[in-house]
Amino acid sequence: MATGVRKSWLFRNVNAKIAALPMVLTTLVVFVGGTIWTVVYSFTNSKLLPRADFVGLAQYERLWANSRWMQSIENLAVYGAFALVFTIVIGFLLAVLMDQKIRYEDTFRTIMLYPFALSFIVTGLVWQWILNPEFGIQSIVRSIGFESFTFDPLYNPDIVMFGLLIAGMWQGTGFIMCIMLAGLRGIDEDIWKATKVDGIPTWKTYIIVIIPMMRAVFITVLVLVTSGIIKLYDLVVAQTSGGPGLASQVPAMYVYDYLFTAQNLGQGLAASTMMLLSVLIVLIPWAYLEFGGKKNG
Amino acid sequence: MADLTSAAPARHGVLEGARGTRPRRALSGRNIMIYGILIVMCVYYILPLWVMVMTSLKGMPEIRLGNIFAPPVEITFQPWVKAWSEACTGLNCEGLSVGFWNSVRILIPSVILSIAVASVNGYALVNWRFKGSDMFFTILIFGSFIPYQVMLYPIVILLREMGLYGGLWGLVLVHTIFGMPILTLLFRNYFSSIPEELFKAARVDGAGFWGIYFRIMMPMSLPIFVVAIILQVTGIWNDFLFGVVYTKPSLYPMTVQLNNIVNSVQGVKEYNVNMAATMLTGLVPLFIYFVSGKLFVRGIAAGAVKG
Repeated sequence: MATGVRKSWLFRNVNAKIAALPMVLTTLVVFVGGTIWTVVYSFTNSKLLPRADFVGLAQYERLWANSRWMQSIENLAVYGAFALVFTIVIGFLLAVLMDQKIRYEDTFRTIMLYPFALSFIVTGLVWQWILNPEFGIQSIVRSIGFESFTFDPLYNPDIVMFGLLIAGMWQGTGFIMCIMLAGLRGIDEDIWKATKVDGIPTWKTYIIVIIPMMRAVFITVLVLVTSGIIKLYDLVVAQTSGGPGLASQVPAMYVYDYLFTAQNLGQGLAASTMMLLSVLIVLIPWAYLEFGGKKNG
Repeated sequence: MADLTSAAPARHGVLEGARGTRPRRALSGRNIMIYGILIVMCVYYILPLWVMVMTSLKGMPEIRLGNIFAPPVEITFQPWVKAWSEACTGLNCEGLSVGFWNSVRILIPSVILSIAVASVNGYALVNWRFKGSDMFFTILIFGSFIPYQVMLYPIVILLREMGLYGGLWGLVLVHTIFGMPILTLLFRNYFSSIPEELFKAARVDGAGFWGIYFRIMMPMSLPIFVVAIILQVTGIWNDFLFGVVYTKPSLYPMTVQLNNIVNSVQGVKEYNVNMAATMLTGLVPLFIYFVSGKLFVRGIAAGAVKG
């Protein structure tokens, strides 16, 4: 790698610096600047337009007293907890099955991964149709004799988040499977030989040897899935529009509505700052582990 | 016991052959379980595509009577025609074709610009490091984890100041910005695998920043450009949030228009037209996916698994 240049730092490699200008501007103006702007203005009383009229933590107090926000947080927590567990468990189990020298591996992978190429809008709309109680799964199970069978997650506030979960899993588990499979393939063949020699059963090898060795992969998956969950938006818009009632509202929706339709900027910015905070809670320990790992390795 | 033919352990090999325990008899209980589970899961994955296509080929009377999983008794392409050219969003009944062409108009400049910028970034980060270049890269990567909602409004202000808010180029710029972290990572990792001697030799021969980029780096990196194109085409085509925030209704991309058509509360629901419209919107990324095959896997894995 060509290490940089020392002398006359400003005008050496002018071309390279000009070429890197978009990156510098993006990082400084949009990522750093934009984030700071949002955090700062979340302490103001901005309505339709941003105004530097600081009101301390008032927006946050209003936010946490708002039943819609509380409901959004609760919904996301339910969705997130299940999505995290199911994605990781299903992704890992599928990867293990795919790693058993099976035939038609490419076909299986093609089928499992294609939903990932589709947008959340398409995903949400298809599952909205399949879960439609009048025509979808419920009506079919009823028509084969189970008259009282009820499965209408998109119309039942108690289970609507699971309706979203089925669709979210459909879209994303194939991708996690691929990452896990890459992790499994990255493990030295000799490990397997050694555990064979020691007579350790395969399932036990996975639990006591392979999973700890795949720590980095699991952490990557954890970060990816978590940041995906926090961003959950398009799927909800398409599949349920946040309903029935407020039963499938999520924080990203709250932010959007307050920023662009309710004309209550300060409130929207406070909500988005809370989203940022939740990402940081995941991100900071991860970055710490990541950088620590690099120093050792 | 295990076969000993496999060579040195490969890194990140979604693409390498299977390893693990050796194959056994075809019909062992173990195999039945493995294939059984995989096939059940595949039914779950295939089902929505099947339902989508089948529904889109039926007439409304048949949908009301029948079963969504059954193939059509009478195949009709009317829903597809209607979705493409007559479906309504509000009072505007020009069909999804409007959204399709908007998406194409957004897609092409966004893909070109984002890849051009990111590949130059990657090149500068590997071969022309300057003071602080690594810091910018780190911020860039961290930035990709910040929820978009945090930056939505500041970008509205920026675009408004630049006079680009609501227009096509504003959205192109937004796609370029948010595509930058992952693409820069992709190109940086790829360029750092190109032998440095080539770069040095070109320097000795008097080639400058752009000369080396266009005559050495780019021709040597075509595969990664293809991966980047796949990543961006699917990503930008599937975008919803930026489309809805940064463009005006007449420029809405296909996903936004699709959502408006299907989730509109007015009129009688035409499920077959809705599914045809959904299928139409999914066709572009599906086409890319099935044509590109393993390159798609490589593209998404490159972003996820650290280089």
